[in-house]
Amino acid sequence: MPTEANRVMPSATAGREVPLHRLAHARAGDKGDRLNLALFAYEPQHYQALVAQVTEERVLALFAHRGASRVRRYLMPGLCGMNLVIDDVLQGGVNGALNLDGHGKTLSFLLLGMSVVTE
Amino acid sequence: MTFLLGSGAGFSGDRTDAAIPVVAELIRRGQPAALIFETLGERTLAAAHRAMRDDPEAGFEPLLEELLAPVLDDCLKHGIAILGNFGAANPEGACRLVAGLVADTERGTASIGQVHGDDIRARLGELELQRWEAESRELPGEEALISANVYLGAAPLVEALALGAEVVVSGRVADPALFLAPLVHHFGWAWDDWDRLAAGMMAGHLGECGAQVTGGYFADPGVKDVPGLATVGYPIIEVEEDGSLVVTKPAGTGGMVTARTVKEQLLYEVHDPANYLTPDVVVDLSAVTVREIGPDRVAVSGIRGKPAPQRLKTTVCYEGGWQGEAEISYAGPNALARAQLAAEVLRERLAFRAPSELRSRLDIVGHASVFDSDAGDLQRSVQGNASGDYRLRLAAEHAERRWVERATQELLALYCAGPAGGGGVRRQYQRRVCTASYLVKRSDVNAFATLFDASLFETKMANERRAAHAN
Repeated sequence: MPTEANRVMPSATAGREVPLHRLAHARAGDKGDRLNLALFAYEPQHYQALVAQVTEERVLALFAHRGASRVRRYLMPGLCGMNLVIDDVLQGGVNGALNLDGHGKTLSFLLLGMSVVTE
Repeated sequence: MTFLLGSGAGFSGDRTDAAIPVVAELIRRGQPAALIFETLGERTLAAAHRAMRDDPEAGFEPLLEELLAPVLDDCLKHGIAILGNFGAANPEGACRLVAGLVADTERGTASIGQVHGDDIRARLGELELQRWEAESRELPGEEALISANVYLGAAPLVEALALGAEVVVSGRVADPALFLAPLVHHFGWAWDDWDRLAAGMMAGHLGECGAQVTGGYFADPGVKDVPGLATVGYPIIEVEEDGSLVVTKPAGTGGMVTARTVKEQLLYEVHDPANYLTPDVVVDLSAVTVREIGPDRVAVSGIRGKPAPQRLKTTVCYEGGWQGEAEISYAGPNALARAQLAAEVLRERLAFRAPSELRSRLDIVGHASVFDSDAGDLQRSVQGNASGDYRLRLAAEHAERRWVERATQELLALYCAGPAGGGGVRRQYQRRVCTASYLVKRSDVNAFATLFDASLFETKMANERRAAHAN
């Protein structure tokens, strides 16, 4: 089996505040000025912590400085993941922005810097 | 019998040797197969139209020859159909280049199919347009319009294959439709067999970005490691007649296919997973499951389909004036303060040296850049290392070239008139093509395929087909 599938993730002690990066992985995608962040728990036992703490409100607050106007969250329990769709966050998008990363591809790691408390 | 879909490229600018091991594996397996090159995005379509404005012979995938030449001979010999949206803004130009490459193969001849109908620029004014749900931009006036391209579905690609095309060249078709088409052609799936069409579209969705499903764009050292990224194998999707999918990659290549690599790609650029809109089917991923069934083999199941949407997405490109960038580095003791001072000086200079409508942004790379707002909120609030290695970046936009030139020249002038120790200035500017997304009625789109005749562009067949469609 692939090595990655058998990896033991760095242990996260219950009740501790950790970056989301410890519990989950993510990928960003863009369409126009809309960003989607697909977020997946490494381990099924951490999925509920993500559901409870990676809320639309918190994500909107995290991206507010970039002009995000709305966040919609779609839960995918079968994948232990969620899709976060964030509007107006790309500063004009790939053909309209002045920023370095008009696609917003790096923003998955802005999300992964969010603090969560392990359960 | 299993049909194999190999990916040869996932975007314009992708590795041009990626297709070689994929084709070798397809040949080794000896099953019916197609090779797909997906090289067209919102950014690259705009770039293609920009290139074509400067040179009417350009406007298709710039790397087309490098992508195709290494595998064309083998694909023709082994009956592996090649499909690509590498025609971009100029499918005819791409066909001409492919015809030239075919002439250099051992066989020396091949049927080349060309897809028509995505370019609706000439009719845009007559069509009833709806703004795409996340679009806030108004359409520009006629004088600023450059192009309008509809995301076509798989039907004209299937038509090209049915005409006997061995290489199919398209412009704007929905990326995954390139993968769906050979499945529909091979298995004879009906256009209202929504679950199968959805599965085929998702085979395309998983394969269209090349290595993004096989360990590319995934590695995070010490957290999720990927072996052999330098030789990452591009995906092969095995599809059964009932729509079952397995994602894998050529033996002996780098990268990996795991539940995690597949999950990340599954939702890539998806919005509502229960309603993923494609031209041929609305895909419902609510019940999808992903299962590792062997080394570098992941089965994806539970994909459902719903009837195709009545409207098709259209990318409209229009003049966006000029855009420029310029950068300068500061490093060593007190570098952050020097970079910040340079930014202040530049801001002050631009306020009286450039018109107020000049749009600009300043980043300090190494301190705060890609996560920041246009206004620089993070730059001001984040605690930085005083003695790091920083690069001040200016980006500016204006309708007129001279003001963008002036703005970037002001950064250049920091060499002598800015803070101490600035170096390594680079500056560039270019025309900007902006894009907006609108929806057109499916019934207003007239997509079809012809076989390309290298000696005659307006082939008799094309005219006949067009006349037939008009009736």
